Amino acid sequence: MKVEKEELLHIAKLANIKINDDEIDNYLLNLQDILNFANVVNKAPVEGLGETIGTNNNYNVFRKDEVVEFEDQESLLQNAPEKEQHMFKIPKVIN
Amino acid sequence: MDITELTVHELKEKLDKCEITSEEITKSYLKRINEKESDINAFVTRLDEDAVNKAKEIDSAKKANKKLGKYAGIPIGIKDNMCTKGIKTTCSSKMLENFISPYDGTVVNKLLNEENMINLGKLNMDEFAMGSSTENSYFKKTRNPWDIERVPGGSSGGSAAAVSANMVPWALGSDTGGSIRLPAALCGVVGLKPTYGLVSRYGLVAFASSLDQIGPITKDVRDSAILLSLIAGKDEKDTTSIDIPKKDYTVFLKNDAKGLRIGVPKEFFGEGINEEVKDALYKAMEKYRELGAIVEETSLDIAEYALAAYYIIACAEASSNLGRFDGIRYGYRTKNYETLKDIFVNSRSEGFGPEVKRRIILGTYVLSSGYYDAYYKKAQQVRTLVKNEFAKNLKKYDILLTPTSPTTAFKIGEKSENPLEMYLTDICTVSVNVAGLPRNINSLWFRQKWYACWNAINWKLF
Amino acid sequence: MARDDYEVVIGLEVHAELSTKTKIFCSCKTEFGGEPNTHCCPVCMAMPGALPVLNEKVLEYAVKAGLAMNSSISRDSKNDRKNYFYPDLPKSYQISQFDKPLCEHGYVEIVKPDGEKKKIGITRIHIEEDAGKLNHDDYGRGSLVDLNRAGVPLIEIVSEPDMRSVAEADIYLKKIKSILEYIEVSDCKMQEGSLRADVNISVRKKGQKEFGTRTEMKNMNSFKSISRALEYEIERQIDVIENGGIIEQETLRWDEVSGKTFSMRDKEDAQDYRYFPEPDLVPIRLSEEYIENIRKNLPELPETRKQRYLSEYKLTEKEANTLTASKYLSDFFEKGVKISNNPKAVCNWLLSDVARILNEKEFEPEDIPFTPEDLAELIGLIDKGTISSKIAKDVLEEMFENPKNPSKIIEEKGWVQISDENAIKEIVLKIISENPQSVSDFKNGKDRALGFLVGQAMKETKGKANPQMLNTMFKELM
Repeated sequence: MKVEKEELLHIAKLANIKINDDEIDNYLLNLQDILNFANVVNKAPVEGLGETIGTNNNYNVFRKDEVVEFEDQESLLQNAPEKEQHMFKIPKVIN
Repeated sequence: MDITELTVHELKEKLDKCEITSEEITKSYLKRINEKESDINAFVTRLDEDAVNKAKEIDSAKKANKKLGKYAGIPIGIKDNMCTKGIKTTCSSKMLENFISPYDGTVVNKLLNEENMINLGKLNMDEFAMGSSTENSYFKKTRNPWDIERVPGGSSGGSAAAVSANMVPWALGSDTGGSIRLPAALCGVVGLKPTYGLVSRYGLVAFASSLDQIGPITKDVRDSAILLSLIAGKDEKDTTSIDIPKKDYTVFLKNDAKGLRIGVPKEFFGEGINEEVKDALYKAMEKYRELGAIVEETSLDIAEYALAAYYIIACAEASSNLGRFDGIRYGYRTKNYETLKDIFVNSRSEGFGPEVKRRIILGTYVLSSGYYDAYYKKAQQVRTLVKNEFAKNLKKYDILLTPTSPTTAFKIGEKSENPLEMYLTDICTVSVNVAGLPRNINSLWFRQKWYACWNAINWKLF
Repeated sequence: MARDDYEVVIGLEVHAELSTKTKIFCSCKTEFGGEPNTHCCPVCMAMPGALPVLNEKVLEYAVKAGLAMNSSISRDSKNDRKNYFYPDLPKSYQISQFDKPLCEHGYVEIVKPDGEKKKIGITRIHIEEDAGKLNHDDYGRGSLVDLNRAGVPLIEIVSEPDMRSVAEADIYLKKIKSILEYIEVSDCKMQEGSLRADVNISVRKKGQKEFGTRTEMKNMNSFKSISRALEYEIERQIDVIENGGIIEQETLRWDEVSGKTFSMRDKEDAQDYRYFPEPDLVPIRLSEEYIENIRKNLPELPETRKQRYLSEYKLTEKEANTLTASKYLSDFFEKGVKISNNPKAVCNWLLSDVARILNEKEFEPEDIPFTPEDLAELIGLIDKGTISSKIAKDVLEEMFENPKNPSKIIEEKGWVQISDENAIKEIVLKIISENPQSVSDFKNGKDRALGFLVGQAMKETKGKANPQMLNTMFKELM
């Protein structure tokens, strides 16, 4: 599958990553290279095989509905780039 | 006697006999770090003062007969992608340059708070564990102690190099596609990737959730078994962790290999595997035969499929796992913004390094509409295939013997221009991650050569 | 009349917050309100390295809802990640369910305004986590992120596009609310956002087979605005089509103030959520016993309760419907009946005067400030003749304004009914002497005059006189 420039830019937008004009060619080249290789999976003899969901056989691991408060609420905000009134501050968003 | 030459089980013996104090051990390591760090670049964060203080505390607590862990007072180094409360956890990324975790991860908590080991510092790695050479660290390139022109392997390069250079007695690494085993092999130490789910991932900054495992990097196999016994176990905070009884893995250690059935998959000895590596493996086979093992050729034709599936799954999961680094609650925030969108885009574009961005893009691509079935879904099927093939082989054999790396340690800068070439470095290691199996790399001929690229062993689950 | 040529097609995605004690994937409390960012932990704040663990109650509640809405419960289910960036979504993905929802193929039955019954299909019900909240700062320059709500459990109930009018959509939503209240899995407080709906709407020419292009309005949280928004959107879509235009498939924002819908994002930003199985959570496998156990313990549902009201209390279909629509009101009714033993009277009070006041005040039944015991007492006071039913209405008003028990109100206000024969006689004589004309009219066979005289007597006593006694006394004395 050939990756087009527009497609790359669309993907970058979804990922919120900026690709500068001078980086586009290099990205396209690398991505194409890797995808060509990744395409090997389409040659694998997997007919009739199910998908692996969960690396081991665990299932039904649940938690009881009991409140446990995190002991150090303040530390949750200590890394905030900007905060106000105990909230994370960001530029104005119109909902 | 140089304390830093000793293994942990040797150190512990001396500690137990009161021939030595934790403070002495700790100071010996700090001295060694001071001598070697400028060459090796293993540490992102050093904790010299804290370490000495804690060692003193442990020594006096011991004197007062307080109940402490069995390995209390033994130092350790921790890969910088494991959360440590109050101490920076950077993942060797600009994104988390100043990030201080509000909590201790489960494994960190076990070792530091319950066992009372001493944290010598946080060890360098490829940014967010993405890489095979530790060249992708935002802060520094770690060098191979055997030849500082060469890479230590990655992503746990800081951990492997630090153990190899006697800067820490042992260390924690994490392995998503070979990140413990590859650097352990290239640095001539022992690395173990446990079965998926054996060790809790809570507090390990996720790269690829379905593949990541924390494991030991040590000087010898006994230390690996000890450290694994300490970190393994069900954790209520990680639903993928397995509920099995606690074991002391040292009881499985043996001095011979009588009756051990070893399969050697021929596909791992083909093109692209360098002669020195093959040589080392042939020697290993000989050694095993001498010790009484039955060594046979077998077939395991999945390496290429597994590698392709690995990169699809790992990048897909990473693209989602790294979404939380958005410049809002923690981590790097761009100076260059007016709108919310600017914060997202510029923080991520400035905060992540090129390899991380490349993988996020690849992962986003394979999950995006129209490609999911061709890549991600197929990769999940390949995963089933790889599991089945391993299962077949592990019915016949106790152990599968393969190389860990197709080549010996390469020079710094040699491969970093070509991402695909770098990805192919992982061809020997990723298949067990994809299958969730355990794997040990075990340098039988300790430290003969810096480029040690020893035999890797897969064995049955648990 | 263009409007009549069109048929409306509506589908609803209802989000209900589950009333568990803790969040869906961590042990933080779900309580509404609280200081910002204080019901949080590394998991719901999406700290690096933190992992989710599913709350077992969420599963139970969702299965309960599925069974109550006649769904089949999936024995094999899993969680998936829905990826998008937004500041109220700390992980930049929402843990939801994609291709293996917990419940599928259900329906609920509604009674249309014309009395006809209709089944509305439920495509699926799945579990997911709520997002945080954005507040505005004091100076209007920035927004502030509060993550107390992040990780509160939700079920999303997706209907088939089965509704053909605004009224049907309204009745359906009320039915969903009522069922969720009956099975006690959600408090459904719309004003707190614990019940909200995404509304999909399209129009097509009558007789046309394929659906028209639909538009969507997200996060609507009042019945009134949903109806208004739908009405507006129907008109708008028909208008566009009638004028030769094309409806764009898009998400619209309903603006309550202007009463209009607005386009939210341009097409360029078309979302691609990149769903994939959540690798941090293991699959869910439900046993037949687990499901049957929940089925066996399902509480009485509105339909069953309605049937019981018809047979047990001899209420009319309409009365039973209205009462059982709200679990709170219906529970209130039953408690009242238990004490007063007068189902008809309790029903009448609730559906006429209480309903009227609730409506005036824009209250929900939950906001009734007095107890069923108080209402039963009020009815008892009328039965005993202590107050007239007219005064009783004033007492009821007072019970809303200054909630106290009715006897106390009557005593304080001096509203006890005058039932003393001598007192009544005195009043009647006074009115007779003041109204000779009416008296003679009565004597000449004009029955209406009696009504007038009784009215005058009631006026004189400020409504406290016993009306039956007045009647008898007037007839006797004239």
